[in-house]
Amino acid sequence: MHIHDFGLLKEIQEQAAHIRRDVLDMVYRRQAGHLGGSYSAAEILASLYFHHLKIDPSNPTLPDRDRFILSKGHAAAALYSALARRGFFPLEELATWGKLGSRLQGHPDRIKTPGVEMSSGFLGHGLSIAVGMALAQRLCKERFHIYVLMSDGDMQSGVAWEGALTASKYCISEATVIMDFNDVQLDGPGHEIMPLEPLREKWRSFGFSVIEIHGHNILQCLDALDMALDIHSQPTVIIAHTTKGKGVSFMENTAKWHGAVPSEQQYIQAKSELSGVKE
Amino acid sequence: MSDIPQRQAYGQALADYGDKNQDVVVLDADVSTSTLTSYFAARHPERFFNLGVTEASMVDVGVGMALIGKTPFVNTFAALLTLRACEQIRTCVSYANTRVKLIGGYSGVSDYKDGPTHFATNDVAVMRSLPNIAVLSPADNREAAALVPLVAEWDSPVYMRISRAVVPDVFDASYEPRIGKGVVLRDGDDVALLATGSMVARCISASARLAERGIDAAVVAFSTIKPLDGDLVNATARKTGALVTAEEHTVMGGFGSAVVEVLARLGPVPVEMVGLADTFAETGPDPETLMDAWGLSVEDIVRAAVMVLGRKSHRSNR
Repeated sequence: MHIHDFGLLKEIQEQAAHIRRDVLDMVYRRQAGHLGGSYSAAEILASLYFHHLKIDPSNPTLPDRDRFILSKGHAAAALYSALARRGFFPLEELATWGKLGSRLQGHPDRIKTPGVEMSSGFLGHGLSIAVGMALAQRLCKERFHIYVLMSDGDMQSGVAWEGALTASKYCISEATVIMDFNDVQLDGPGHEIMPLEPLREKWRSFGFSVIEIHGHNILQCLDALDMALDIHSQPTVIIAHTTKGKGVSFMENTAKWHGAVPSEQQYIQAKSELSGVKE
Repeated sequence: MSDIPQRQAYGQALADYGDKNQDVVVLDADVSTSTLTSYFAARHPERFFNLGVTEASMVDVGVGMALIGKTPFVNTFAALLTLRACEQIRTCVSYANTRVKLIGGYSGVSDYKDGPTHFATNDVAVMRSLPNIAVLSPADNREAAALVPLVAEWDSPVYMRISRAVVPDVFDASYEPRIGKGVVLRDGDDVALLATGSMVARCISASARLAERGIDAAVVAFSTIKPLDGDLVNATARKTGALVTAEEHTVMGGFGSAVVEVLARLGPVPVEMVGLADTFAETGPDPETLMDAWGLSVEDIVRAAVMVLGRKSHRSNR
């Protein structure tokens, strides 16, 4: 339990705020990108990259490093910010995102970008890839844990549920699924476009242990990630209830901000609101 | 070796290679007793994963294994692998350049009894369009078996199609295939028959019939369709001035297309393409009869050779 570790919680909260500000600048500069889904994942990513993951940016290919897969690849900007701030590449490189010759592609590219474990873009892949990593680990001497961040959109794809079947068959406890459940997708509210509820029951019926948290509460994120490590009899999913566009008033819970680019005025307002989130 | 189906030669070779290479893991989608990865499963159960009818997910599971340093052989029927799991292959194998070895069983029309739903007649066209992936189509059992270690050790993804059928022997025991290299099986000056997979043996038969007519036909086998041995294609075209391509696949986007893409760049010669026309074909009584009925017969190759020779002489007389 991390309840008394105020310094840690504050540090992660600050990193989440940095991620939001970086993403705003990146999307505005590039006039493209995905703000809403980056903001719903900010605390989850900050909890992973600034505390939980066993990784070493100076040795990014250590065989026993933890693996993180961003299945919801459209949150690429948030991942790039976390990786840069964690030291995988210079912070200034964020400004190259989307330019010709940049190591930062529109969606994550494992070949080009240090620290990106797997390329992603189209939804649905991460869970099955994590299962493959876990099965392979059982044949290796190195021990590590695998994390996959899925979106609600991910979980509308058939291939994701195929992966859940396989995770259950092989009792994959070496991987933790984190679901950024913001219930808003490109075309509208998730529960209108393609309802996932009853989600907890679905995961349980697929053989998963389910932990539900408020995904913007860092204490809950950290505790859930630790709890999942102690579950060895079945795979675990952390359903993180989140808010799409979290942190900017006019973006929150709005499908438009899945992929919209702010105007100059909106950029200034968002920047102002996000600077207030700092402490 | 020609008394056993090509799938059996592959399955046995994979199990044997599993003895030598502990990094090999094998995945199958509930058709292991058809693809005959069941041999590997019996000998190396701890490295065999039967994932049921989850073809798309199976490819991604293989990707995860490759990312941890294993050498996954991902098996199912070629049509399911290359079509149902196509986006997984495109994004997570081809684009991400993961060392996944995709093995498409029941290629071409070799699953004659199950019919067009089960035929794989555009798998080469699909896989050839994906960067980073080598595309292989062995001609006989010896080649299929010999390619298994090369596929495993090739430092990027591979797609290899394997026939369900018994295919005639083409190569002798001294033959050692190399990925990216074609091989001249018969020299000839008048016309060259360029073939891949099951059509290599049929081209050898066609060359004998052509010889009876006084036509000196070369036969060149290409087990690698991508990266195609463009130098050999070009040299053969320059030497004979007329080519026939032959494949158990549609003529749209497959091996023949790859050949003419090379020629378009380096200097065209007349080409006739033997393969399936724009059709699904149909269920048949056996693979040979079915191939004969749908434009893949020895006589179809002979006819194509005669036709292309006519175009060649017409050209040289101009």
